Parts: sequence; structure tokens; C-alpha cells
Amino acid sequence: MSGTLDRRWIYLGMMLAVALPILWNGVTGKTFPESPTPPSQACFDAIEALPEGSRVLMSFDYDPASEGELSPMATSLMRHLMHKRLKPVVIALWPLGPTKAEETIANVIKGDFPDRVSGKDFVNLGFQTGGEGVLKVIGTDFRKQFPLDRSGTPVDRLPIMEGITKVGDFPLVITISAGYPGGKEWVQYVSSANPGLVLLAGVTGVQASQIYSYYPGQLRGMLAAIKGAAEYEALVSAAIDGDRVTPPLYTEARRRMAPQLFGHLLLIALIIIGNAVYFSQRGRKAVAQ
Amino acid sequence: MSRSIALLICLLGGLTMLVSPFLPMATEWSNEVTDWFNILAAMAFVLGGGSLLKVQLMRLSARGPGWGYSAVTLLAFIVTLWVGLGKVGVVADPSAPTVAWSGKPDDEGSAFWWIYLYVMTPITSTLFAVLAFYVASAAFRAFRAKNLEATLLLGTAFVILLGRTFAGVVLTGWLPDWASGLRLENLAVTIMDVFNTAGNRAIIIGIALGVAATGIRLLIGLDRSYLGGDA
Amino acid sequence: MSDAIMNEASPQQGKWWIGLFLAIAVLVAIRASIGEGMGRAYVQTDSTSYSSATGDDGRVMWTAVADGTAGSVTIERVLFASAGEYRAAEAATPGQQAIRISWDRTLGLWLAAFFTLAIFSFLMGDNPAYKFTESIVIGVSAGYWMVVGFWAMLVPKLVAQLAPSMVKAWCMPNLDVSAFNPVALIPLGLGIMLLSQLTPLGRHIGRWPLAFVIGTFAGLKMISHVESDIIEQARATMIPLVAFGDDGSFAPWDSVRNILIVGGVLCTLAYFVFSVEHKGAVGRAARVGVWFLMITFGSAFGFTVMGRIALLAARFEFLFIDWLWLIDPKGQRMVATVSAIAGSCSAILNAI
Repeated sequence: MSGTLDRRWIYLGMMLAVALPILWNGVTGKTFPESPTPPSQACFDAIEALPEGSRVLMSFDYDPASEGELSPMATSLMRHLMHKRLKPVVIALWPLGPTKAEETIANVIKGDFPDRVSGKDFVNLGFQTGGEGVLKVIGTDFRKQFPLDRSGTPVDRLPIMEGITKVGDFPLVITISAGYPGGKEWVQYVSSANPGLVLLAGVTGVQASQIYSYYPGQLRGMLAAIKGAAEYEALVSAAIDGDRVTPPLYTEARRRMAPQLFGHLLLIALIIIGNAVYFSQRGRKAVAQ
Repeated sequence: MSRSIALLICLLGGLTMLVSPFLPMATEWSNEVTDWFNILAAMAFVLGGGSLLKVQLMRLSARGPGWGYSAVTLLAFIVTLWVGLGKVGVVADPSAPTVAWSGKPDDEGSAFWWIYLYVMTPITSTLFAVLAFYVASAAFRAFRAKNLEATLLLGTAFVILLGRTFAGVVLTGWLPDWASGLRLENLAVTIMDVFNTAGNRAIIIGIALGVAATGIRLLIGLDRSYLGGDA
Repeated sequence: MSDAIMNEASPQQGKWWIGLFLAIAVLVAIRASIGEGMGRAYVQTDSTSYSSATGDDGRVMWTAVADGTAGSVTIERVLFASAGEYRAAEAATPGQQAIRISWDRTLGLWLAAFFTLAIFSFLMGDNPAYKFTESIVIGVSAGYWMVVGFWAMLVPKLVAQLAPSMVKAWCMPNLDVSAFNPVALIPLGLGIMLLSQLTPLGRHIGRWPLAFVIGTFAGLKMISHVESDIIEQARATMIPLVAFGDDGSFAPWDSVRNILIVGGVLCTLAYFVFSVEHKGAVGRAARVGVWFLMITFGSAFGFTVMGRIALLAARFEFLFIDWLWLIDPKGQRMVATVSAIAGSCSAILNAI
């Protein structure tokens, strides 16, 4: 059976397992409850521990290919930073990162925190080529690598950048990472070289397994895949909204946990069926011999 | 001669990076050199684009099978380049409203932004999304608990897949507090925290040793493969 | 023409594809005729005036001012509006133009849906729609990266160092560079040599920038890997095998955890040591190491599946929410949910 079943039935099964829960969720608006795992809780606690007005370096190291997993993280992190009146300084190691950052800024800051001013309360410094090279330079000379913001204004003129000369001047660094350069490189070039600096990473499922080895020593907290995003969303919602209804912008990851559940169940069912058929065929062959 | 100069440049570039953590006075110089490296990384994008142009033009002129797709690629490349470099549809930035070219190429409303939103985003994200179907098909066909090692792999995958969704809570949420460590969501955390950490840590250390060894071979000129065969 | 698109499909397959295309088209047409319709993008114009003032440092600063202020410059931007905002504006003032349909963005939305379905169509087999879409993304990606590299790096970090006045007048008036920087000639020279690889004559001098990149990169990597991945990771593994809690009492589970981590790392490293034959104690350790690796790969597989399904969910959300308007979790429209469509369908069935 496992050799003869048309793969398109499996595709159809996966399509229904993912599509139907999305429609169900769209009609009912219901999501599953989330309880945070230690790495997600550590992310939340690290941001909560910062005093108001602290500058936070936030690196958008992803592109649209991974936005399904990472955009909800970016949205919730930005909301948490804004709510705590922290000041994000946004950079990107991926060419499409600044555009993802602009989307997050438009959705969260301009949508829900319109009183915050660019250059004073937040800033987007854009993308620079070089990957590790960028991280190496900002380790000792931040302004050499990022002399201007995205609008072409020199960082010397931005109040938010006052006193920032190197990456170690930020008490907290967050990377939202889809691969190379991303979470691993931030650990290697920034966290390890600046022992007092707190590094948090939001990573894709593909990266999560490897990045986990750096937690909690070199990486203080981690949001792993869409589940990590959903946990963080729940933490931030509980802190900000309390018993009020959370705006739909901040429930994106939790909405995706329903298709996630049924997709996983389908995969497990497929593996069990495949094994059952395999072992029954092997048993029959052994009897025949 | 060309080869000797290349080896010398490689050695000097590497040494500049290696000494800077030990000599604070070399930091500025190493940052300068790294800046050149970063500029060359941007040049590599141009090299990539040029290479694509060259290959597609050759395919187009040869008129081999599928030459129409080369024409599509070329057209897409040229249009993207034109609207991006020419800042088509970009309005001036508020920081310099009198300078027409001061806006960002990917500002909302520009042609480059349109390409990003309606061409790049749907295609690249769907290319990665279809892998969900292939993973399911491959798991059905190839994931067999044939021996202890394969069973460990399979069992771990099951725990992670169930423990990272609400299924974990439904299936094992009833376990009493003293056995809470056996709940699927907690088992998933333990696997990541202990077994995955140990396994990946060994892989990371192994890779780092390999990187260090390869780096030394490159810098002292034992590995010259990057110079090409006739170097 | 068949050469141009490399069409290897048999006539029967061709009919199958046409049938599928027509079926999708009919379904979309039915959807478009129900409720609010589907797949439209709306925009509004944001108009802001800016006035200049010279700061203490002699620099010109522009700040937002009220419209009509003397000497101000007005910038108009076309920004997204939701279908809900459009309906509300129409209800208040029929025929208003403040929020209006955007034909270019609507076309883009439909094109994005086509590209999404074209990529999905590869699941049924290779076909011209998939190949066409794939060809587009190759060209667009290369062009996109070039453009971003040019504006983000080459202009401010290279061209501005060599011709600051020109760059300031052209596109970056706020730039802090005022004089020609001869050091920038070095990366320029290396860059030109790198690009010379595209020509048959440039192979030899193209090696120099390549050697520079490889040497610099090797140096960077060596330092970071030794510091972060060997020293720090080894340090993280140096944990007490007999652990005690904060109150000084013996912590059995922490001890087991620590023993497993230390043992697991050592056994897995033993597996990677190929210069010693895997026999006796080393062999047994390596075998345990393989078990740890299998668990590691199992967890990596689980997380990878999780990632892929999340991406798939995001694409379906695009089709259902942004294009087909089947559901509206963000509250951007007013009706057009699955239940409304179900209601329309049952009304049609009753009428029949």
C-alpha cells in the first residue's frame, strides 16, 4: 500500500488538515490555550526586566519565505517593547528584512502606538551587506556600519542613538532569524564577545533544534517556531489585555496552532499507517519463506 | 605571480581578523578591512545578477528547449532592476522633501514595493510552504521503525509533534502532578533541554573544530581550491 | 513555440490541466458573485506638509506642519485602506474618493494568487504555469538583491566616499561625508576585479578579491567558532554531576539531567572521532552517541514539520483571507465569512 498509494491523496489530506482548521477558526474565532515553555517565558522576563526607556537592538533577519513563522513573533515582540516604553533600534542582516520591519512598525507602532516618534522612540536603520562582517564591526563601532537610518538621516542626529557606540551598549538584543546569517551568528559574534549582553532569538522550526544548545547560557531566551510565537503572544496578551479581547493582529500565531495540530496528527497517522503496512508485509513474507 | 599575490592577500586578510581581538590598536584597522569585505558582499550581488544575465542570454541565443523561460527570467530581472535603481513611483522622503530621489526604493506605493509584495512574497513563501506536502509524503514512504536507532528517531518526532500542539494537553493532561514530567508537552521540553542539547552541542563543537582546521589550511595556503585548477 | 516552453505534457495531460484550470475559474467566478465579492484592494491618500528650519549645527531639518503653511512642501503617499473602511466611507458619503479601489494593487493581489496556485500546481506535476512562475522569481530575486545592495551599501559606503557632493545632491542630502576618501578606492578596485570574473580576461585578477574574501571570512569564522562554539559550549557542559538546590539539598532530577548532558556530549563526540576504531569502550560510547544523535534528528524533524506546516497555513490564510475573502479574522471587512457564503448557497439551493 505504501508503495502504491498515489501521493496526491496524501497532498489532499494535508491540504484539508491545514485548510479546514483555518476556516473553522475564521468562523468561530476560537484558539487553543497556550502555556509557555521556559525559553519563551525567559524572553518575556528579559523584556519585562528592562527599565522604561531602555534601547533594544532588534534585527530582522528573515524574508517573506519564513514570515508565516516569524512575523507573529516580530509583531508580539514589538508590541511588548512598545507597551513597556522601550525603544527598538531596528536593523537587518537580510536584504528583505527592512521591509518586514517596516510592515511590523506600520502594523504595531503606527497602528496602536501613534504617539511614538521615529528617531526618538524607535528607528529603522535598514540593511547592510556582509552578514558576519556587519556583526564584527558593530561589536566595536556601531556607527561605522550603520551611519544613517533608512531615511538617510545620520544616526548622530537621532536622539535614540545618543551614547550608543557599540552593540554592547544595548542591554538587550533580539534577532528574529530564518537562517544564515541569523541566530547562530548573533550568538557567535555578539553574545559570546559581550558577556553582559542579553540576547534573545526568535527562530524558525528548522533552526530551533540547533539553536537550543546555546540556551540559556549564550542565548537568554528563545521563541522556537510558531509554537514559541503562540506562547509569547499569549504571555504578552495576558500582560497587556488581561480579560479584554486581544486585537486580531496579536493572535496570528495562536490562530495558526489549529492547522498545526491537525497537520501534525495527519503526519503521525501517515507514519503509523506506513509502518503498519510495512510490518504486516514483512510478516507475510517471513511466513511465506 | 597572480597565484602568489592571491595567497598573500588571503593570509593578510585572515591575519587582520585574527589579531584584532588580541590587539586593541588593530581594531580600527580590522573594522576598515571588514567594511571592505561588506562592500564586496554587495558587489557579489552585482556579480550574481551579471552572471544570471550572462547565462540567460546564452540560453536565449542558443534557442534550446525552454528558451522562453530564459526570456521571462531576463525580463523579470531587467524590470526589477529598472524600477529599483530608477526608484519608479518613489516619492521624496520627509527628511528631504525637496530632493526627488531621497525616498526609499521599497516605500509603499513604489513599483519596487509592488514587485516585493505581489511577486516576491507569494512565490518565495509558497515555494517553502509546498515542502509540507513533500515532508508528509516522504514520512509516509520512508519513515520506518526498522531498528532501535530508527525507533528512537520516530518516537522523538512523535513526542515533539504531539507535545508542541494542543494534542499533548488533550492526551496526557490528565496525568497527576507528581507524574507531570511525563506529560507530552513536558517530555518535549525535556527532550530539547537534555538530549537535543547534548547531541547538537557535540555537532556544534565538531563543526567548530572543522572550521578552525579549514581556516588554518586556507590561510597558510594548504587549501588552494578557490584559486581554480590552472592557478 | 513548444520549444520555448518545453511542453512535455501529452494531449491527455493537457486536457486534464485545462479542465482543472476551468474548474478553478468557475469556482472563483461563483465566489466572486456571492456577498461582497472578493479580491479587491483599497487605498487612501495621505498628504503631509513639511517646513524647513536650520538647526544650531547649520543643518536643514524638515518637520511636519499644518497644510497650507507658507513655504511648506507637501508629500502625498498612497496607502492601504481596508474594505471595511471603504464601506464605512461609502455609507457616510456615497461616491466619495477619499478611499477608493486601487486597480494596480487589485491586479497585484490576483497575480499573487495566481503565483501561489501556480507553485502549488507543481504537486500535480511539472507544468508551464509553475515553470513560468519559477522563471519570474529567479529574475526578480537577482534584481531585488542587486537593487538593495546598491542603495543600502554601495551608494552610502562606496559612491558617497568617492563623490560626496554628487550623492548629496542626487539622493542623500543628509549624508555626513564631505570630502573624497581615497581609502574607498581599495574596495572599489577589489569590486571591479571581482566583477571582471564575468569577462574571459578577468579570471586571473578576479582571484585577488576572492582571496581577500576567503581569507577575511576564514579569519572571522575561526575566532568566532573557537570562542563561541568550542570554549563557551565546553564551558556550558562543565556542570556538576551531583547537583544541589538553592537550599543546599540534593537535587536528583537535576543531577540526572546534568549526567545525561555531559554523558551525551562525550558519547556523541566519541562517535565523531574516526581516528580511533569504534571498539570496546569507545565503541559502546559511540553507540550511545548515535542514540543521542537519533533523538536530536527526531526533534529536528519534528520542528521542521512544524515550520513547514506554519508556512503552508500562512499561504492558505492569504488565499482565504486576502484573496477569496472567505473569512475575516482581522475584522477588515464587514460580512463575507464562510457562514455568509453558506447562507447564500442555501438560499440558491432553496430557490432551485
